[in-house]
Amino acid sequence: MDPVNAEEPTVRMDERGLVELDDSIPKTSKIDGERAELDAREMTTRKINAELRWLIYEQGVRDVTVLNPSARHSLGTAILARCRIRFEGSLGYFGCGLIDGPEIVITGRVGWSVAENMMSGVVVVEHNAGSLAGAALRGGDLVVKGDVGARTGIDQKGGTIIALGNAASMTGFMMQRGRQIICGDVGPGLGDSMYDGTIYVGGEVAALGIDCIEGEWDDSDTELIERKFANHELGKPPDLRKFVCGKKLYNYDSLEPSERKLVL
Amino acid sequence: MCGIAGIIYRNGGGERQVGRDMTAMLQAMKHRGPDSTGYALYRGSTDGYVMHVKLSEAKDEDAELAQRVGRQRDQIEARIRAAGAEIEEIKGTHRTMTITFGFDGDLKLLADAVERVRHTEVLSLGRSLEIVKDLGDADTVSDEYGLGEYTGTHAIGHARMATESDVDIANAHPYWAYPFPDVAVVHNGQLTNFHDWRRRLTRSGHRFQSDCDSEIIAVYLAHQMSEGRSLEDSMRQSLEDLDGVFTYICVTEDALGVAKDELGAKPLVLYEDDELVALASEEIAIRQVLDREIETNDPYEGEVRVWTR
Repeated sequence: MDPVNAEEPTVRMDERGLVELDDSIPKTSKIDGERAELDAREMTTRKINAELRWLIYEQGVRDVTVLNPSARHSLGTAILARCRIRFEGSLGYFGCGLIDGPEIVITGRVGWSVAENMMSGVVVVEHNAGSLAGAALRGGDLVVKGDVGARTGIDQKGGTIIALGNAASMTGFMMQRGRQIICGDVGPGLGDSMYDGTIYVGGEVAALGIDCIEGEWDDSDTELIERKFANHELGKPPDLRKFVCGKKLYNYDSLEPSERKLVL
Repeated sequence: MCGIAGIIYRNGGGERQVGRDMTAMLQAMKHRGPDSTGYALYRGSTDGYVMHVKLSEAKDEDAELAQRVGRQRDQIEARIRAAGAEIEEIKGTHRTMTITFGFDGDLKLLADAVERVRHTEVLSLGRSLEIVKDLGDADTVSDEYGLGEYTGTHAIGHARMATESDVDIANAHPYWAYPFPDVAVVHNGQLTNFHDWRRRLTRSGHRFQSDCDSEIIAVYLAHQMSEGRSLEDSMRQSLEDLDGVFTYICVTEDALGVAKDELGAKPLVLYEDDELVALASEEIAIRQVLDREIETNDPYEGEVRVWTR
């Protein structure tokens, strides 16, 4: 039986005359208590995400395995619950973005913007990730076991990004808080225009970005690195150097807008 | 946005159904650009040449068009014969013409002669290169030009979202590196010093078919190679000379190369094994020809790679 095509396709229009895509829930996953298995092969992106929501929010499932994600975009986005999701394969762009709580494992690779704006949770990618991994990350851990692309953790506001491989250019661009641990080499423009936060690098740095300087190592750095590597069972951490903001570009006062009015 | 794709069969893999494969890849990226679709396909090398000619734009709807196109066909055929070529076959759709012929004279003179027929443009010319481009998605273009059965050794393709110039055949990719036989380019991005280079290359005697910024890459590479540089060296030099954001794929008779700008601002996913190399703006396109879990990576900024068949 083909679960998706079994339904008669219906085209609905919204009041602007635009086609509303079919968001009915397939409800075809195999559920076994708190576990479920979802075969995504014949489903559209919208249906896969609707099915995931149905399983987690309405069926009380806490552990979902998604088969055949086939590198499609925007899978596993906006899941706001504690649960485990395992993607058996690769994701396309914007995978697992806007999530709060889940622990997600992707056995393949991911495209651009994985775990964008994650609030909390864990995303583990077993192979490579594209550019913009962990963009605007606010919390949680993003672990990439292969290489990451350009602008990793751009605008990062919290959380931790770990890459066991290399990173491309402009890593940590405009980063505001949080940590990045890049075990391999990084491309030019490391930490360009970063405001705050810390970037640890194991390999060669092609070139530092504007206002990024080497920081002084202390015990809290060692503790953090060892804890993160132990938590994610990543083995022994490599020797790392630490990079922070030079604060030469800082050009603002610390007054709130209401206070500024009083001063002026 | 635009979607680009390339595929090359390696290690004497010989000719495969490259038309069908490229159509599947481009159709999967239809959402990246629905305006027009273009192919540069390479059949196995032959003794003769093949020329693709545009007779009119797809959006022309002139009542006298059929008559005009008929006259164009006759004139083109006469000029090719007059140049001393031996025509083997003439095919085409209602607005294009494909001529297979044997020739041992100057190809640029021949192409110039054909282009002097009014409203006519040479889309491609070479021993193995064939450029097919038209409005619509990949399935539409493939059906219209019968690409489903096309066998060849390598190909590139482009699904266009027009940002810099008009939606018509002239501004659709790929671009042939006129008058360099068998070189074609597809591009995703925008070039900011395009007017600069266009002036410089025009002064050096090159000519442009369109207003599209991407055409500059094809002509630029042709210019570099005409001065004796290899494809790979020319592509490396282009990273220095071209400003803007770009990922482009360039093909010659026996090689396929890719270059990414220094910002890495445009995506590209790469798969390679001993038998084939497939690359595209999105992995879902590659999955159309390799329906299994595959190991892929994103080339880094400033990277240039070239593969031969």
